[in-house]
Amino acid sequence: MCLGVPGQVVAIDGLRATVDFFGVKKELRLDIVDEPVQVGDYVLNHVGFAIRRIPPEEVAETLALFDQILDVSGARDDLMAADVRGEIAAGAEKKP
Amino acid sequence: MTARDATRELKFRDPARARALSDALAREVAAIGRTVSVMHVCGSHEQAIARFGLRAVLPRGLELIMGPGCPVCVTDGPEVDEAVALALAGARVCTYGDMLRLPGTRRSLADAQADGAKVDVVYSVAQAVEIARANPSEQVVFLASGFETTAVATAAVALADPPANLSILSVHKYVPAAMEVVAESPETNIEGYVAAGHAATITGWGIFEPFAARTRCPVVVAGFEPLDILAAILKLAELVRAGRAEVFNAYPRCVTRDGNVPAQRTLWKVFEVSDGVWRGISTVPRGNLVLRPEFAHLDARRRFRIDVTAVRDADAAAEAKGCICGAIMLGLAKPTGCELYGTRCVPESPVGACMVSSEGTCRIWHTYGGVPDLRSAG
Repeated sequence: MCLGVPGQVVAIDGLRATVDFFGVKKELRLDIVDEPVQVGDYVLNHVGFAIRRIPPEEVAETLALFDQILDVSGARDDLMAADVRGEIAAGAEKKP
Repeated sequence: MTARDATRELKFRDPARARALSDALAREVAAIGRTVSVMHVCGSHEQAIARFGLRAVLPRGLELIMGPGCPVCVTDGPEVDEAVALALAGARVCTYGDMLRLPGTRRSLADAQADGAKVDVVYSVAQAVEIARANPSEQVVFLASGFETTAVATAAVALADPPANLSILSVHKYVPAAMEVVAESPETNIEGYVAAGHAATITGWGIFEPFAARTRCPVVVAGFEPLDILAAILKLAELVRAGRAEVFNAYPRCVTRDGNVPAQRTLWKVFEVSDGVWRGISTVPRGNLVLRPEFAHLDARRRFRIDVTAVRDADAAAEAKGCICGAIMLGLAKPTGCELYGTRCVPESPVGACMVSSEGTCRIWHTYGGVPDLRSAG
């Protein structure tokens, strides 16, 4: 759970942001993010809250770590992948 | 594999670099000339260490131990009892998934659920807010577990005008306090600590400076790539050898000295530290995060008279007979030293807390092959 998961902000409505996590869109809250966030930015999500705006120069490296965690070809019941999927599920369903 | 991945592979997973780090670590530990034990305090670190078999490339003179890094595991039985009692008294209890099967002194929330109590698993406290809004005639209690990183989210909800039928049963824990207990325990001999990168995103690495100064132990903040972890351990060994009790940030792409200041303000506006019992360990001074008096209206302990008589076994030991989770979390024993591990205690029917949670040492070792420390296999 302390890994969080990165995603890209696609829309902002007040303190809520729609964020794309590896193709899954969820709503996150922006109450406790460290810096102002804009559409296009990447944020780190922990339990449904953005806790960090990921500086642009660090986005590729951060995404690569999670690509690798989520790639569990052959490994069933991978704990890291399950925790990351749980963090994605922590976002609210995007309201139409 | 995309081009981005290929670049990354070369930079962070290059076997030659792993070997170079491993060789440098072997030289460093040989120069120290005795066995050195270092501790990390993060379930995600243990997952990465076990998943990638990192202990197999550590020198024999270096012990890498997981300490109290699993918030579910350290939640005490009597705290679970409070949630079970509230659920059986008719409240709808929402909590994070691993808490469901965590044993109280007699029963778990899963047991209460089987008896008809309303228990919902959520991934976010925000989902508990939605459940409270959707069920205005019910009392919804969020059993709030997790370390300070997770407590920040609970605090944000407390400040955002939550619905009147939502209350919070805080079992949040504060990690730096437990590190002090480990460091001061006469039984442990930990000479350096690896701190969790993403938790430090919130707290900043500066938080460890007083700890390092007081305990004379260096602290290195580490990321979660295999090479991030190896590099952090190498730095830790260098600091141990040089006798320098400093804090080093080996994860600068994520962690700053000051951390996420707005999040810290949110946390301390809502919570304060209090002495608390951590399962299997002891009373940890300043180890629990409790709601401040200004948030009494949200505090399930102040709002309800929680009668645990029917669900508490006052004579229950903190651990089941034979279970050594406490010793494991203090770094005094390994899962493989427990007679229940992998026999009577397995992920499908856990006996001890460390087998319940995906962040527990026993669960992680069991999932990734039982004995990730290949050196001990000969």
